[in-house]
Amino acid sequence: MAQASGKSAGKSFLGRFGVHIAVLVFVVIWTIPTLGILVSSLRDKDQIIASGWWNAFAGSTQTEAARLPPPENQVEKDGKFVIEGNIFGEEPPREISGFGVRSAAPTQYSAGETADLGDGVTLQLNSDGTFVLASPVAFEGSRGQRVYFASSAPPRFTTENYRTVLFSEGIGRSFINSLTVTVPATIIPIMIAAFAAYALAWMRFPGRALIIATIIGLLVVPLQMALIPLLQLYNGVALFFGVPSKTYLGIWLAHTGFGLPFAIYLLRSYMAGLPKELMESARIDGASDFEIFIKIVLPLSFPVLASFAIFQFLWVWNDLLVAMVFLGSGANQLVLTGKLNALLGSRGGDWEILTTSAFVTIIVPLIVFFSLQRYFVRGLLAGSVKGG
Amino acid sequence: MAAQILSAIITIIIGVAGAIAYFWGANRLLDLIFPSRGVKGAAAIDNLRRQGLIRPWLFIGPALIILIVYLIYPVIQTLYLSFHDRAGENFVGAANYAWAFGDREFQNSILNNLLWLAVVPAACTFLGLVIAVLTDRIWWGTIAKSLIFLPLAISFVGASVIWKFIYEYRGGGQTQIGLLNAIVQGLGGTPQVWISLPFWNSFFLMIILIWIQTGFAMVILSAALRGIPEETIEAAVIDGASPFQIFWKIMIPQIWGTIAVVWTTITILVLKVFDIVLTMTNGQWNSQVLANLMFDWMFRGGGDFGRGATIAIIIMLAVLPIMIWNIRQANREGRL
Repeated sequence: MAQASGKSAGKSFLGRFGVHIAVLVFVVIWTIPTLGILVSSLRDKDQIIASGWWNAFAGSTQTEAARLPPPENQVEKDGKFVIEGNIFGEEPPREISGFGVRSAAPTQYSAGETADLGDGVTLQLNSDGTFVLASPVAFEGSRGQRVYFASSAPPRFTTENYRTVLFSEGIGRSFINSLTVTVPATIIPIMIAAFAAYALAWMRFPGRALIIATIIGLLVVPLQMALIPLLQLYNGVALFFGVPSKTYLGIWLAHTGFGLPFAIYLLRSYMAGLPKELMESARIDGASDFEIFIKIVLPLSFPVLASFAIFQFLWVWNDLLVAMVFLGSGANQLVLTGKLNALLGSRGGDWEILTTSAFVTIIVPLIVFFSLQRYFVRGLLAGSVKGG
Repeated sequence: MAAQILSAIITIIIGVAGAIAYFWGANRLLDLIFPSRGVKGAAAIDNLRRQGLIRPWLFIGPALIILIVYLIYPVIQTLYLSFHDRAGENFVGAANYAWAFGDREFQNSILNNLLWLAVVPAACTFLGLVIAVLTDRIWWGTIAKSLIFLPLAISFVGASVIWKFIYEYRGGGQTQIGLLNAIVQGLGGTPQVWISLPFWNSFFLMIILIWIQTGFAMVILSAALRGIPEETIEAAVIDGASPFQIFWKIMIPQIWGTIAVVWTTITILVLKVFDIVLTMTNGQWNSQVLANLMFDWMFRGGGDFGRGATIAIIIMLAVLPIMIWNIRQANREGRL
């Protein structure tokens, strides 16, 4: 069908070419933001603030200031007083494109040029950093000449940012916390939902339609509706039993509860679509509902169980709201999304920290997503009444 | 840390083993109490009937209990709290609602939410549809779709960092490291602090959600387009319809239901948008939205549960029509 319309629309070479260009533009717009933080996370932190990440491979140009060695280093040569050396000293060399002696005109002279500083004083600064400062009379004073120059450093890529965020910024610990929250919160609902979905799909009992209607209704209930009462409930339970109110068990159960309507809805639609003959012949053979569920329905439902597992995993991993309400903000409970949010406040302008941390938080979902995309799309198609 | 991982693993084992033990044990118990095998005649039939009455509830019981505790009870309690004071102790009538509609920040949030509702679902659906149609025509369409779909896997917080980096601002004349300002400066414009621009800043936050959700709209609509029977289009081609006529008069009407589903799904998401606003502006510069305001009141000054609950109810009221429509739709299609 799309091909059919494509044939008529794409008859002309121009039309077909236009489609490729249009899609390419969309792909570029949608990919560039993520690419930006990936590239930045691998750049040297000084270079991140010196130039845009799209110039990462071109090296970065920056204006620097330095002071030449003081007059005590001067030597007399051919009747002139000369100070020579390399402006970078012990630092890694950079390439100098221009220099000057006034901050208002930092690149007044180009590299290699001999600048006339007045009173017969000349300064030559070469692109490799070597300089010659010469004067007909002896230099005086204790401070050296101030020099400004534009230098460009070769592109530097490093994994140091990752080492920093993982081990000294606490992202590593938060990564473990996120896993601790996500794995049980993904597994617990599956079994509970599977049994309920089977009952709603294949067993006849009074109140069944009401329960299904309720579940379809609950699919779209905003999480905000549940937060305050559950917070009160958790505080009450904690007070009563003398235990902390913010616990991993608490958030596992909360995520289970919030994920359950979607799980039951998704699994029930799938199970209801299984061939009726299968169940009937098994029943005639004397199998009970429990046996039919375990031996026939559950194995056949594997694709939809996988779909739900991926959904729930991504949803819990990416959640910030539930974690902020039901978990503490200490290092032992702060999950990745919460940590990233905290870093945005405390390390606002430190883009090497922020881009790297952001990439660490999105890498797991991206891997899950790319390796299991088929199941993810299937779940999306089956359950698109849920508001995410 | 090791203890934490261990406790997580133990929980998984206890949880799974417990669930298996419950479901298996409860079924076994039922068979023992009302045996249907080894009993003769009327007694067996009687017991089978009793089993049939009880067994569904054994299957559905745990799910039902969790749903009641974690969703149904809280919905009722939130409604109750919205008519009570900050600690939830004294009845205050509609005072919280009166406060909300007189509060400037609340009014501002409502306006912003309406703006989000007007822009985001429409933009996502439109872009998703355009991309779905275009990618269906080229050989590398699947790869293109994967890449556009990818942001859907990224958390709102992660996406906020990604876009905050794009909106990064440096004073005029300096090297811009934010992509948007670099482009603006490159074209001769003046760099802006995009997320604090009055009125327009909300749009820069919306772009983030559009970036995330377009992939969702694209996938769903792409599947719907593929489901259109080929004959209808072939017939139109034979009748000499132009590509635009085919698109608007043949394809769109056939996927109208899917467009509605995509639209409402994103609408619900927009009503709940919280993370993006919290991390980008935290409601400053008039960018507040209801969900973030609700979170704010939940903890502001030790927490005002009355006002927080009131805002939650107002979000719920906005979702209610969609909820009723979904249930009626399910009823009509015989899914209940």
